Amino acid sequence: MRIGVVTFPGTLDDRDAARAVRLAGGEPIPLWHADADLRAVDAVVLPGGFSYGDYLRAGAISRFAPVMGSIIAAANGGLPVLGICNGFQILCEAHLLPGSMIKNDQLTFVCREQVLSVENADTAWTRDYTAGQKITVPLKNQDGQFVADEHTLDELEGEGRVVVRYQGWNPNGSRRDIAGITNAAGNVVGLMPHPEHAVEVGYGPDGVQGPRTGTDGLKFFTSVLHSLVG
Amino acid sequence: MTTAPDRPFLDTVAHATATPEAPQPWADLGLKPDEYQRIRDILDRRPTAAELAMYSVMWSEHCSYKSSKIHLAQFGEKTTDAMREHLLVGIGENAGVVDIGDGWAVTFKVESHNHPSFVEPYQGAATGVGGIVRDIMAMGARPIAVMDQLRFGAIDHPDTPRVVHGIVSGVGGYGNSLGLPNIGGELVFDPSYQGNPLVNALCVGSMRHEDIHLANASGVGNKIVLFGARTGGDGIGGVSVLASETFDEHGKSAAKRPSVQVGDPFQEKVLIECCLELFAAKVVEGIQDLGGAGLSCATSELASAGDGGMHVDLDLVPLRDPSLRAEEILMSESQERMMAVVRPDLLDAFLAITEKWDVETAVLGEVTETGRLVIDFKGETVVDVPPRTVAHDGPVYHRPFARPAWQDALVADTVVAAGLARPGTPAELRATLLALLASPNLASKAWVTDQYDRYVQGNTKLAQPDDGGVVRVDEVTGLGVALSTDANGRYTKLDPYTGAQLALAESYRNVATTGARPLAVTDCLNFGSPEDPDAMWQLVEAVRGLADGCQVLGIPVTGGNVSLYNGTGEAGKIDSSIHPTPVVGVLGVLDDVARATNSGWTAPGLSVYLLGVTRAELDGSAWADVAHAHLGGVPPRVDLAAERTLAEILINASRDHLIDAAHDLSEGGLAQALVESSLRYGTGVRVSVDALCARDGITPFEALFSESTARAIVAVPRSEEVRFADLCGARGFPLLKLGVTADAPLSGADHHGDAPAPAVEVADLFTVPLAEARAASDATLPRYFG
Repeated sequence: MRIGVVTFPGTLDDRDAARAVRLAGGEPIPLWHADADLRAVDAVVLPGGFSYGDYLRAGAISRFAPVMGSIIAAANGGLPVLGICNGFQILCEAHLLPGSMIKNDQLTFVCREQVLSVENADTAWTRDYTAGQKITVPLKNQDGQFVADEHTLDELEGEGRVVVRYQGWNPNGSRRDIAGITNAAGNVVGLMPHPEHAVEVGYGPDGVQGPRTGTDGLKFFTSVLHSLVG
Repeated sequence: MTTAPDRPFLDTVAHATATPEAPQPWADLGLKPDEYQRIRDILDRRPTAAELAMYSVMWSEHCSYKSSKIHLAQFGEKTTDAMREHLLVGIGENAGVVDIGDGWAVTFKVESHNHPSFVEPYQGAATGVGGIVRDIMAMGARPIAVMDQLRFGAIDHPDTPRVVHGIVSGVGGYGNSLGLPNIGGELVFDPSYQGNPLVNALCVGSMRHEDIHLANASGVGNKIVLFGARTGGDGIGGVSVLASETFDEHGKSAAKRPSVQVGDPFQEKVLIECCLELFAAKVVEGIQDLGGAGLSCATSELASAGDGGMHVDLDLVPLRDPSLRAEEILMSESQERMMAVVRPDLLDAFLAITEKWDVETAVLGEVTETGRLVIDFKGETVVDVPPRTVAHDGPVYHRPFARPAWQDALVADTVVAAGLARPGTPAELRATLLALLASPNLASKAWVTDQYDRYVQGNTKLAQPDDGGVVRVDEVTGLGVALSTDANGRYTKLDPYTGAQLALAESYRNVATTGARPLAVTDCLNFGSPEDPDAMWQLVEAVRGLADGCQVLGIPVTGGNVSLYNGTGEAGKIDSSIHPTPVVGVLGVLDDVARATNSGWTAPGLSVYLLGVTRAELDGSAWADVAHAHLGGVPPRVDLAAERTLAEILINASRDHLIDAAHDLSEGGLAQALVESSLRYGTGVRVSVDALCARDGITPFEALFSESTARAIVAVPRSEEVRFADLCGARGFPLLKLGVTADAPLSGADHHGDAPAPAVEVADLFTVPLAEARAASDATLPRYFG
């Protein structure tokens, strides 16, 4: 399975996302922001970082990159797309997902191990989880406060489109503790925490097996592989 | 800039030759009369305005090391051939390079950005990170981690929050945006740093041996290429003025205090990836970053290190502000710029890569065979100098130094002589432990480190609050490096020679505690004015101590930085300068970072041992500071032979899987270490200090709070106790069982049932539940800065 990983100027977690794809059993395919060619990939990851320095607004400039034109069209046709952190922000700017991210409520960058509950285990990116499952993945962001109008929030809740929710502590003031959402079709998912940093024993969060043994994020990447094979 | 004279016309070389007696503002640019005369002697005429700018900035203390050079030479002289075994590039380049095996090399350096960070904390700290990262890039490496060493005034001083918020968010704002994990550092509050905060930043990078690049301009006809951000009016003269003159509220320096450089981390991130692609394409002959002294430094250093001359046209420099004059373009410290030497036949390939990354690029000139650095502007020659005289043959001073008049009284004022009251009862000992734990320098640093990304790149094995940061270099084999930096300004004030060795010893011990084999050293020497014989003596003693210590430990200094003029007081007084602060960074290698030793215990039932001897050493200690605000006496004894043996034990025990955790003992002593190892993963411990007191002839107070060196605590699984004891016994190293880890799950998991809450229990003395300890440790920084 060919999973595209997009690099924009200022993308930081592209190599990490590619590693996660590889560890899940997929083949990471680098995609370049200025190239509209999706290289026949089966799914796309928009990784974290500070594309274009987050200048103007996080994701606001990247949304107009040539590669995004192709991704928007393909996503509307059912291509699985995962946006992590800055990738989530880009998906919102591209109107593939509703809402927007503003500065964290405590006004500082926050980096921590975050407990999430998987609310929707039916999307292309979460089907290997069980609904209600608690997972721990790193979270690190500056502009991570998810906001939307009440109507949109009610709609997201009503349609079961909240994918992951913050547990225990809301790290950035996101409305209704929302950490990630999906589109109506379930092929496009965006979330602020970083599942690609919890995929390999030794380098992720602490887990029940010991320090840095947490690999709770890996199933985002195995999920899409399983979705693609049916 | 307000100090350069307004000139109706360009001050060309021809004009300078024709007007030998025209007055020049050399004094305002920080040059001494004999230095100005020396420039005239070198050129056999007066310098042009542009030349004067170049010489003044390159001959500043910050760039020329003119006060410290003769002393720093010891780092080379005392490095033996055996110590050079792993050294691929030594002192003098942008950063040293060390062979870590399997064809991999790492380069690392720590540097200061102190004075700008007081003036403008956010940008000062941000560009401090940016500068050291470019130094690492310039060696051909991919930056893989950063660390920051921060020192502030008293935590409750009204100006401290301004400086703390700005500097911490500056370090984070820049480093986080570059995608570099921050794996550790230091955080110290002390009144001596009031008005003179220290911002040191370390970067480490990795590369294959064949990818090492050096800063020299060789090969006649090769192109001189400037790429990255445009050149603007920011940071003009920042190096010579900000870094080399003490702030003077009443005097002249206000007039020449320019803006601090402004950083753009996005531009730097693009520059990193662009440079790595240029290196991979093998289109770069030589490369240099633009940092302090900007184009003056890059052109003169590249030309000086090369084998010919250089000709550059300043009209081709892309400018943010087209009104800049020649000397301003040469002195500008605009960030995120690099200069490369490129073969003409590879220029198109070079330009294709910079264009792909949207990095603005200008070919400024080429390498010549004249042996001179010639710079044109507006069609006229404004600089024509022998580059070595600018870059490498600057003035060298033999500054007078002498043991301060107040030193003897300070040393005589021991904690015993001062009659400091000591805790005696179990309740007093318990209260002392909690007071130390909550004190600003020993409390949890999470308020700071939670603002830094430690996960990015996916290779971080250990990070703050572990003893050292550990990152993987080779994803296939797990080969990686460990890094720690340390300095104790209080110890160094009491005895600079010993203080520098204590910093080295602690950093070395921290690296070994992770299981890594120490290989090399970098240092950032933060001291007072070299024109004050007291501060100069501290510097001289510390350099000698560090060089001697490195020789005993067998690891070379590979590079670093000196920051002087860190003082605002009156020369000759005991408080005229900051505490002398030699930050020492040690780099070690691990064949497989997967086996790196944790700093906290992860399971109950492990035997906890103390390695080393505890003496009654409390002068300069955290206890003396927190309980009595006292500084006097002599610092703990240094025993580098014992440090070597201890390191061998920790490395072998890690390799052979004999230990589950190890933590070094330093500030706060055994009590602090036991609490930290317990808090790390929420597992408690039950110990007794009776046997320790009997063996070492000390009191329970001394056992818990003394800061004797060459000590560590380790947690050993029952099944490995015999082998571990043999490992220590074979080396004759003192080993004593203190107790066992007890109960309690990893952090994050739930604690159930009737089992007692996890705690640190010292038999017959006191028990501190971990919840209480954590609350004390966690509350301090948020209380002041939250």
